[in-house]
Amino acid sequence: MTRERRSAASRSTQVHESADEAVAGVCDGATVLVGGFGTAGQPVELIDALRRCGAKDLTIVSNNAGNGSHGLAALLAAGRVRRIVCSFPRQKDSHVFDELYRSGRIELEVVPQGNLAERLRAAGAGIGAFYCPTGVGTPLGQGKETRTIDGRDHVLEFPIHGDVALIKAQQADTLGNLVYRKTARNFGPVMATAAKLTVAQVLSVTEPGSLDPEVVVTPGIYVDRVVACPSPAVLAEEGAGG
Amino acid sequence: MSRLDRAGIAKLVAADIPPGSYVNLGIGQPTLVADHLAPDSGVILHTENGMLGMGRAADGDEVDPDLINAGKVPVTETPGASYFHHADSFAMMRGGHLDVCVLGAFQVSFTGDLANWHTGGPGAIPAVGGAMDLAIGAKQVYVMMTLFTDSGAPKLVPSCTYPLTGLRCVRRVYTDHGVFLLGEDGVAIRETHGIGEADLRDRLGL
Repeated sequence: MTRERRSAASRSTQVHESADEAVAGVCDGATVLVGGFGTAGQPVELIDALRRCGAKDLTIVSNNAGNGSHGLAALLAAGRVRRIVCSFPRQKDSHVFDELYRSGRIELEVVPQGNLAERLRAAGAGIGAFYCPTGVGTPLGQGKETRTIDGRDHVLEFPIHGDVALIKAQQADTLGNLVYRKTARNFGPVMATAAKLTVAQVLSVTEPGSLDPEVVVTPGIYVDRVVACPSPAVLAEEGAGG
Repeated sequence: MSRLDRAGIAKLVAADIPPGSYVNLGIGQPTLVADHLAPDSGVILHTENGMLGMGRAADGDEVDPDLINAGKVPVTETPGASYFHHADSFAMMRGGHLDVCVLGAFQVSFTGDLANWHTGGPGAIPAVGGAMDLAIGAKQVYVMMTLFTDSGAPKLVPSCTYPLTGLRCVRRVYTDHGVFLLGEDGVAIRETHGIGEADLRDRLGL
């Protein structure tokens, strides 16, 4: 199966006025990559807009499975998510996920955090699959093709492609170039590369030339839509976990 | 001499980290090691959510929701710190660039197998985070744990019964009752605390 390339019409970045407009068109059954590590870098306004747009039967790929009752947790609580792919669902404040999981209302694929990042990177970089030593001999490596390379065992890992990526950055220019802030960068740059449609919420959108090209982390080629959310929700971090 | 408390174990680990090392401290007990590193040690802390040069926990006005550690605790940055995305952060580990990582554990086997991510118990929600990547990635993997469970069962065992995190990856185990070096020749006891070596060997079946 060949993957659909971005169409010519979607190549330039669009600047949207609202988060609702920025996530418009996400289909039922879509695989949505959601940035953030806990609450840092979690694109809360885009997730809220996704919940309002009503798309259901979603697969969410994210490091965690929601904190408290906002953002990703609220999307889960609304019953829109069929399956979640993440490294660390269990946190002190993951009540929403915990209840859905224990009552069998959500599917879970646990992926080692580095494999999650690298599988996303591979998707964005056009890599078919890669051999990785992480997880060898553990339940998460079971049933996977293995190969010994230079005397070390590796398991074959496949890319994770998204239909949509929702990420949060600090600032964008109108070409979609992004800069991030501190550890809120986390999965944003790799997720931006791994989806057919990448949507970034930022504090401000500025003119081309306003960002130093030397410090741009995500080049605009990866970003389809940006929206300024100048005062995003700051979620209280209640939990601990990896 | 009595058995060590958590701070005592953390001190021992900190003393064994070579100056200038790049080090990842796992969430939970291992984070205590940072408190015992000498200020002039030059040790640079890595946090898997994308930072080298992590400083101490943030206090008061220093708290910044965009600056947290792997345990999602607000932290500070040290002069010379750098930020990077998750794929780069784990490439650092997997690529063998970190000198030491210190992890907690449910069990470690005599041959260095590690179990620290999942009890496998009914109703337990599996959550691995970066544990498997760290276990196979750092040049040296040290474990910090109590040697026995609350019910007295050893956690240094011939073979792990909990689901594994990594195979033959742990080199040293720092515990309240002693420090163990794991190698090709089996388990060597470097020092004991609050128990004689003969008794310790007996309790562990060494």
